[in-house]
Amino acid sequence: MSTTKPFTPTDGEDNSNGTRRDFLKQTSLLTAIALTPGTVVKAAENQWDEKFAGVFEKQALHLEVNGVKHELMVEPRVTLLEVLREYLDLTGTKKGCDRGQCGACTVHVNGVRINSCLSLALTNDGKKITTIEGLAKEEELHPMQEAFIKHDGFQCGYCTSGQIMSAVALLKEGHTGSETEIREFMSGNICRCGAYPNIVKAIQEVKGGMV
Amino acid sequence: MKKDAIGDSLSRVDGRLKVTGGAKYSGEYKVPNLTYGVLVSATIASGTVTALDTRAAERAPGVLAVITPFNAPKVPGYQAGAERPVRGLKLFNDNKIYFNSQPIALVVADTFERATYAACLVKATYNTEPFETDFHKNIDKGVTPQKGNYKDYVRGEANAYKNAPVVVEEEYLLPTEVHNPMELHVTTAFWDGDDKVTLYTKSQGVKGSQRSIAAAFGLNPDNVQINSRFVGGAFGSSLRTWPHEIAAAQAAKLVKRPVKLTLTREQMFTQVGYRPLTIQKIGLGATADGKLIGITHESHSQTAVYEEFTEGAVNVSQFLYNSPNVNTLYKVVPLNVGVPAPMRGPGEATGSFALESALDELSYKLNLDPIELRLRNYTDTDPERNKPWSSKYLKECYQKGAEAIGWADRKAQPGANKEGEWLVGYGIGCGAFGAYRGNAVAKIKLTADGSVNIQSATSDIGPGTGTSMVLIAADTLGIPADKITFELGNSAFPNAPTQGGSATVSSVGSAVHDVCVALKQKLYIMAGKPADSMEPIDYVAVLKQNNMPSVELTQESKGNPEAQKYSMYSFSAHFAKVHVHPLTGQVKIKKIVACVDAGKIVNHKTASSQMIGGAVGGVGMAMTEEAVFDNRYGRYINGNFADYHVPVNADIQQIEAIFIDKPDPVLNPVGTKGIGEISLIGVAPALANAIYNATGKRVRELPITPDKLI
Ligand code: FES
Ligand code: FES
Repeated sequence: MSTTKPFTPTDGEDNSNGTRRDFLKQTSLLTAIALTPGTVVKAAENQWDEKFAGVFEKQALHLEVNGVKHELMVEPRVTLLEVLREYLDLTGTKKGCDRGQCGACTVHVNGVRINSCLSLALTNDGKKITTIEGLAKEEELHPMQEAFIKHDGFQCGYCTSGQIMSAVALLKEGHTGSETEIREFMSGNICRCGAYPNIVKAIQEVKGGMV
Repeated sequence: MKKDAIGDSLSRVDGRLKVTGGAKYSGEYKVPNLTYGVLVSATIASGTVTALDTRAAERAPGVLAVITPFNAPKVPGYQAGAERPVRGLKLFNDNKIYFNSQPIALVVADTFERATYAACLVKATYNTEPFETDFHKNIDKGVTPQKGNYKDYVRGEANAYKNAPVVVEEEYLLPTEVHNPMELHVTTAFWDGDDKVTLYTKSQGVKGSQRSIAAAFGLNPDNVQINSRFVGGAFGSSLRTWPHEIAAAQAAKLVKRPVKLTLTREQMFTQVGYRPLTIQKIGLGATADGKLIGITHESHSQTAVYEEFTEGAVNVSQFLYNSPNVNTLYKVVPLNVGVPAPMRGPGEATGSFALESALDELSYKLNLDPIELRLRNYTDTDPERNKPWSSKYLKECYQKGAEAIGWADRKAQPGANKEGEWLVGYGIGCGAFGAYRGNAVAKIKLTADGSVNIQSATSDIGPGTGTSMVLIAADTLGIPADKITFELGNSAFPNAPTQGGSATVSSVGSAVHDVCVALKQKLYIMAGKPADSMEPIDYVAVLKQNNMPSVELTQESKGNPEAQKYSMYSFSAHFAKVHVHPLTGQVKIKKIVACVDAGKIVNHKTASSQMIGGAVGGVGMAMTEEAVFDNRYGRYINGNFADYHVPVNADIQQIEAIFIDKPDPVLNPVGTKGIGEISLIGVAPALANAIYNATGKRVRELPITPDKLI
């Protein structure tokens, strides 16, 4: 394990003003594009170095989202949630806390449910993502979506994408043995509107194959 | 085809959009050239920020602006002598700090990550002043509110309870509770020139937001466009325009690009209100046979030093029971905290926790069944205003709720009822909330293909407003619901009140009803029949005969002046059955029954969900929720979902909603009284009382965590 001291905002601040500039001044790439030292200083003053850095810091990301392949360049600090919502305009996946505490951002990665706000996008390189937008087949809703409508498993609808993605995963995980088990394994998805009893009913119905 | 009618169970008209991720909330509109705003918060609770070093932040990649009190463009509505002054915190207008976590800067950058990073580079220097956040230490500084009718109330004789044969005198504490809707508060703002602005913002009232933004920037309201079609919950936290919404517009004007400002979950605890910490003293005096002689209700709750917040915490004691002597006192204690905001069942939920708990205590002193005690003090007219109720079926609520919970199995003696190793208890808690109706306007358009579109600038924060409106229209016009669309959440639509106080169906539902009646009459006349004819006609055929592609109408709907003669309330009785483990103090809420007299129920499906949701909110209030201050710093220590516990699925078992479902004859043409607030009021005392019945432990300080039961 690394023994470097933990990251603090102050470290970050120092880095942004020092290390990155030093790096740019020394980099062979800049030499290769034949900038004289004077130009480098001017570049630093005009924040061009930051713009270069912005480009260098991005890395290639390949994702297959709902069957569609995407190639993107993203910074390592960008979460999967942010990529879905802000870069791919798939806003069905919601942000309720950005800290892994609410479940609103639940998606499937290679078939397994995760909190996408807790997953850096680049760690998902090459993986298959399913979001709420990818659940229905054309006009035909997934049985879980039908059941949520039928049992009114939501009010405001903001937690709903996450609830449905969790519920679909739950069936696969085999955690629908009893009402108590369903409640327990759905407890990572908060619904502030309090639709819990109806969510449980919807899951039970799909489990029973009755939709 | 079966006609859709008021009283049906219709699935949500926007259900498909919500289950497919197609419903767009305010932070989800694709706006070209979008930038991201992140707020920097103060780390002191009182004083001034004397300097802000923003150089590093400004130099960070992608940063477009750092707005601070030292460089912020002036917001006209914040200035002294403003024609339309903006109330509350005037963000970035000066360098004063009133509470810890008050925003001191706004960083705007081209991505969310860059703005977030740059925000942590802003360095503040403060001049710190003494501050007060300790409610208990400052309770003596409570003042009677300046605005509103919060004067001390006396009917008969004050403190008469003290001389009664049987007396209860206790204090009840409700900690700070935070709305915490799942959707973070978010505003996307952009300008068209210098005098036209558009906001996609989380709002319970687009017309109210329009007026506030227009006032802030000195604009004609017509130049302010507010969109808030889908709202991811609010519970009162979006009843007003908050400073960060104005700041988003201010920033967008400065950087000349759209700005999206999203609060963090932690900021949701400090920037958008909460149900305030409240201590209440209740005195009850009764005769030996359980007739109330006196009720005294005194309440102290926290407010902000920079803005006064009030709510009707003591109101319920003035009218819910028949007592010749009642006196109440309501004071607020200004502290260095953010300003509270009405939260579902504002005031009444707080007050009924105290009153209904005390009444339960009295029932044990009298050795009387708690329902019987309430029946002995039942009142058929409003004792506060000396008016008849427009309708009141609370007795039926007692009876139906008791049946549904299995009240007959309750044992009067605490601790006497057991199932295996679990102690079993039953409890009741009642409530009332004013039934209101505001003026609203609806516009209707019938097209030759038989479709009907209705518009009104109301909101839907979750109850299913659109669905109820479609049912009212279907019922009134006599056409199927799937022919009707209802649009809301847009300030360009006809005027409607802000969604609050459980009054939307009463207000906007009346406008929809009235505009449908007006359209029908117009079509009858066009068909050459008497306007009030009952004979069915084919609307489309009438349009064709008249060679019209469509017909349009706008109708304003106002309250009935007759209503002044009545007292109008929704009433509820909540029942709870709990299991409590005697060794661990674990509570399992086996069942909650919510029995409500809320007038006519328009859509049973969504109304039941609303009742269930309110009960879940009440479970949070009673059992888990408490925002905790560290008074050394004046800062919350649990401003996140891991440490501030809202109920999760595993906390909730069976919840049953029962509606009396009898129309109120006075308030509005549909006969509704409203259920949003009443669904939560009464839940917390029902649980506290059930836990007492199970254990013999009276918990007067919420939340009832296991440590208080062992
Ligand atoms: S947003 Fe990911 S868990 Fe809350
Ligand atoms: S439906 Fe609103 S939070 Fe679940």
